[in-house]
Amino acid sequence: MSTVNPPVVFTQDELGWVSWIDPLPEAELTERHYAGLVDRARAKSEYFRLLVRDPEVLEARTKTDKDIFYNVADGLPRAERELAAAATSRYNGCIYCASVHARFASTYSKRRDDVQRLLDEGVGADLGERWNAVVKASVAMAATPIAFGPDNIAELRRAGLDDAEIVDVINGAAFFNWANRLMLSLGEPSK
Amino acid sequence: MGTQDIIDTLAGIEPGSTLDAIRARRLQARENAQKSYLALFEPIDAGDFPLAERAAVAAFVTGLHGESPVAAFYRDKLAATTDGAALVEAIKAEIEHGKTSGPYGAYPAGPLSIESKAGLVYRVSAERKPVLGERLVAALEHAHLLVFHPRDAASADMKALLASGWSTTGIVTFSQLVAFLSFQVRVVSGLRTLAAASTSEARS
Repeated sequence: MSTVNPPVVFTQDELGWVSWIDPLPEAELTERHYAGLVDRARAKSEYFRLLVRDPEVLEARTKTDKDIFYNVADGLPRAERELAAAATSRYNGCIYCASVHARFASTYSKRRDDVQRLLDEGVGADLGERWNAVVKASVAMAATPIAFGPDNIAELRRAGLDDAEIVDVINGAAFFNWANRLMLSLGEPSK
Repeated sequence: MGTQDIIDTLAGIEPGSTLDAIRARRLQARENAQKSYLALFEPIDAGDFPLAERAAVAAFVTGLHGESPVAAFYRDKLAATTDGAALVEAIKAEIEHGKTSGPYGAYPAGPLSIESKAGLVYRVSAERKPVLGERLVAALEHAHLLVFHPRDAASADMKALLASGWSTTGIVTFSQLVAFLSFQVRVVSGLRTLAAASTSEARS
C-alpha cells in the first residue's frame, strides 16, 4: 500500500494523485483503451487508467480539453486560459488541478508571483484589470446556480477581450468544472 | 448526417451567426463535446449504468442548477426514456428538496481551514426511496455532493456507491456524466449570456 501525504495548502509544486477505486492494470489495456487514452504515455497515470474504464467518454473528453487549452492559433493567450483553469480550481477547492494549471499559467505568463498570490490569497487577489476580469468570470461561472452574467461580459470587454477570447474564457472555466469534479471525487492528491 | 449539435441547440446558436463562427474555430472541442454527450447518453454498452438511470441523474443534476433550457431538455429526455417516465415526479421533488448554493465544503486541517464552508448534506427523502430504488438513491446523494460541494468527497463515498450495487466502471461513467453536465450547463449559459450581451449592445 502506498502512503498518502495530502497537501494542506494550494501550491505550484508537482503533486501525485491516488485513486480511491481500482484503475485498470496496464497489462489489461487493449487497443480500444489506448484509443481512449489518446496519448499512449497516459497508460502510466493512475488517473487516466481509471477513467479509461469508459474509453469512449475519456477519448471525447481528452480531445475537448486539448482543443480548449492547446489550440492557440487564435483567441485568448494560453496563459489566460490556464489562469481561468487555475482560478476555477482554486474556487472549487481542487488542490491538485490548481497545482497543475497554476504551474502552466506561471510558465506561459512569466508572472509566477501573481499566480502564487491567487493560490495564497484566493480568488479575491488583485492581479490587475485583465486578470481580475478573467478570475472573476471564472468564479461566477463556477458558482451553482451559475452567477456568470452581463456584468462579467462587460468587464472582460473593458479589459480588452473580444468575443472569441471571451468564448475561450467560458470554455476554459466551464471545462474545469468537469475536471475538478473528477479529480476531487475519485481520489486524492499526495505530496 | 449526425445529430444536431446539442450545445448549439440548447444555446440557441444559429448557423451563420457570430457565435457559430467563433465555435467553428474550436472545431475539435465542439465535435468532442458532442461526442462526449453521445458517449454518455447513447453509449455502445449501457450495462454498468442503464439509460433510465443516466437520464434521471441528468435531470436531477441540471435541475439543481436552476430552471434553464438544459434542465428542460434532460427532464424531457427522462420522460421519453423507457422506465424513466415513472421517475419524473420523484426527480422533480428531489430537485426542490436538494436546492442550495455552491461551492461549499471543508478543506484539510491547516491554513485553509478558515475557508471551509458548511452546507447542506443532502439525503433523498424517505418517502421517495421506494420509487427511486437503492442504486438511484445512492447516485442522487453522490451527484448532489459533486454539484455543490465536491471538495467534501471522500473514499467512503466510493464505498457507499459500491455497497449500493454500483460497479467500479459504473462509478467512472456516472462521475463523468455528472462532471460533463457541470461543463455543458455552463457553456450553454455562458454562450447565451454572451449572445444576449451582443444583441443588447447592437440595439443601443
